[in-house]
Amino acid sequence: MPAVNAADLAPTRYAWEIRASGLKVRAGRRRLAVDGLDLTLGTGVHGLLGPNGAGKTTLIRALATVLRPAGGELELLGRPLGGPGDHRALRRRIGYLPQEFGYYKRFTVREFVEYMAWLKEVPAAEIPAAVQRAVERVGLADRADQRMKALSGGMVRRAGIAQAIVNDPAVLLLDEPTVGLDPAQRLRLRQLLQELGTDACVVVSTHLVEDVAAACTDVLLLAEGRLLFQGTPDRLAAAGGPEHEGDSPLERGYSALLAAPARTGGAW
Amino acid sequence: MSGTEHASARLIDGYARLTPGPGPGPDPALDPDPDPAFDLTADEVWALEAHLETCRTCRDRLAAAVADGAPAVGALTEAVWADLAPRLAAVAPAPPRRRLIARLATWTTPAMTPWLAMVLAVTLLALLLDLTGPGSGRISLVLLLAPVLPVAGVAVSWSRGLDPAHELTTATPRAGLPLVLRRTVAVLAVVIPALLAAGWATGLTAAQWLLPCLACTSATLALGGLIGMTRAAVALTAVWAAAVAAPTLAAGRTPALLRADGLPLWCALLALGAAVVLARRGAYTAQAGTR
Repeated sequence: MPAVNAADLAPTRYAWEIRASGLKVRAGRRRLAVDGLDLTLGTGVHGLLGPNGAGKTTLIRALATVLRPAGGELELLGRPLGGPGDHRALRRRIGYLPQEFGYYKRFTVREFVEYMAWLKEVPAAEIPAAVQRAVERVGLADRADQRMKALSGGMVRRAGIAQAIVNDPAVLLLDEPTVGLDPAQRLRLRQLLQELGTDACVVVSTHLVEDVAAACTDVLLLAEGRLLFQGTPDRLAAAGGPEHEGDSPLERGYSALLAAPARTGGAW
Repeated sequence: MSGTEHASARLIDGYARLTPGPGPGPDPALDPDPDPAFDLTADEVWALEAHLETCRTCRDRLAAAVADGAPAVGALTEAVWADLAPRLAAVAPAPPRRRLIARLATWTTPAMTPWLAMVLAVTLLALLLDLTGPGSGRISLVLLLAPVLPVAGVAVSWSRGLDPAHELTTATPRAGLPLVLRRTVAVLAVVIPALLAAGWATGLTAAQWLLPCLACTSATLALGGLIGMTRAAVALTAVWAAAVAAPTLAAGRTPALLRADGLPLWCALLALGAAVVLARRGAYTAQAGTR
């Protein structure tokens, strides 16, 4: 790879990697899973927290250009999404790990990541090196030539992270990347997220509050398709008091913010 | 920086015996007696290193310059190699790359393989029935099945339910009509030779089945852009079974649609399908959730 390429030297023409205002996204045919969301995200690691059904996955799928917004504005890297048109150039700079992550079992890890690099239009000459780098970063170098079906759940997830970062994305979207990882692997992933967050906008959805505390520069709390809170993990912790449920300051802050508005629905 | 322009001998020699300065470069201790004639400025070093990364010729020239003019650097690289070589020998060689798989994957997905195998099996079965079955001589099952054979393969090529990696694929820049067409070509590359062989064995002319086959493929793609590939394939197969296949089997003779009289109709359907696909090519790129 050359030392400097045109993309590195080009001036940035946007203030925020991700900007949404009044964003509405449908999940399925009718239900608005994201309903009037205002959001600005820059470089760093952003943790997306929220109860089940809060719209985390729908938001990430909209950011990944898989779902088209049903209303409002959404801009990625300064380019509006939503209207007709080609997101090809934009998609080259996005990395995406879906929550339910499907893959071809007969491929080896290397073949799978190579195939994804081809789909992401990484120049053919750069694919072998980019694949090796991605596989090494997730700690799968010694398993790179094993079939995907021979991997454990945690390794499959790491292969998924490898395909997400193989094109050096400017916007990296990871939906529940810590599911299936053992504690040591979760620590490694947090380190990797911090590394990636120094020059990319990383959005990580998770239901584990401690992931957020360790790896994220910024926390987003989503409930019923709206943004309840955006701030540092410390500010989230400060929102809770001893009277709120939870075993750690962050968990107490989380329950305090979710309990604050009069919420409809069941106890869960 | 493609290699048409190369670094000058002064730059290469200067880099080989680079005097200490900020940034990367040989160790100051290696060249105790710097020669000002070979001094490089920081921007020259920067540009030269960027060039060296991409240009093999200049790297070879640098190696020669090091061997001639900077024995201390040469000794250092020799020492590094001597340390590395035994460790490199201990690393297990990578298993041979399955290049064919990588090449094939750009045309088909592994999810399509069982469906293509099924298409081949159905063709073979129809052929056997044609040659030996009770209805032989009156209606050709191969002819009756030919139009709907590629439809299943096309459906799998771009379907959320049948392709496990569909969610990953739709978010990539290659997602869209070109990728769908690539996979369709792969389906046809399997179906057409099979039908060609079956047609040859049963004495059908290629024109009789090829046009209906292509017309149904283009109709699936066109309809798939509107209602989704799987639904389009199911709908088309159902219409074919109800409107053509069942009456033909009941009547016991080849319908006009599948004889020479039907050719203009199939041509029109093929053209219409292709036109709709081209006009709506954005539908294969666009995100879901708007329908």
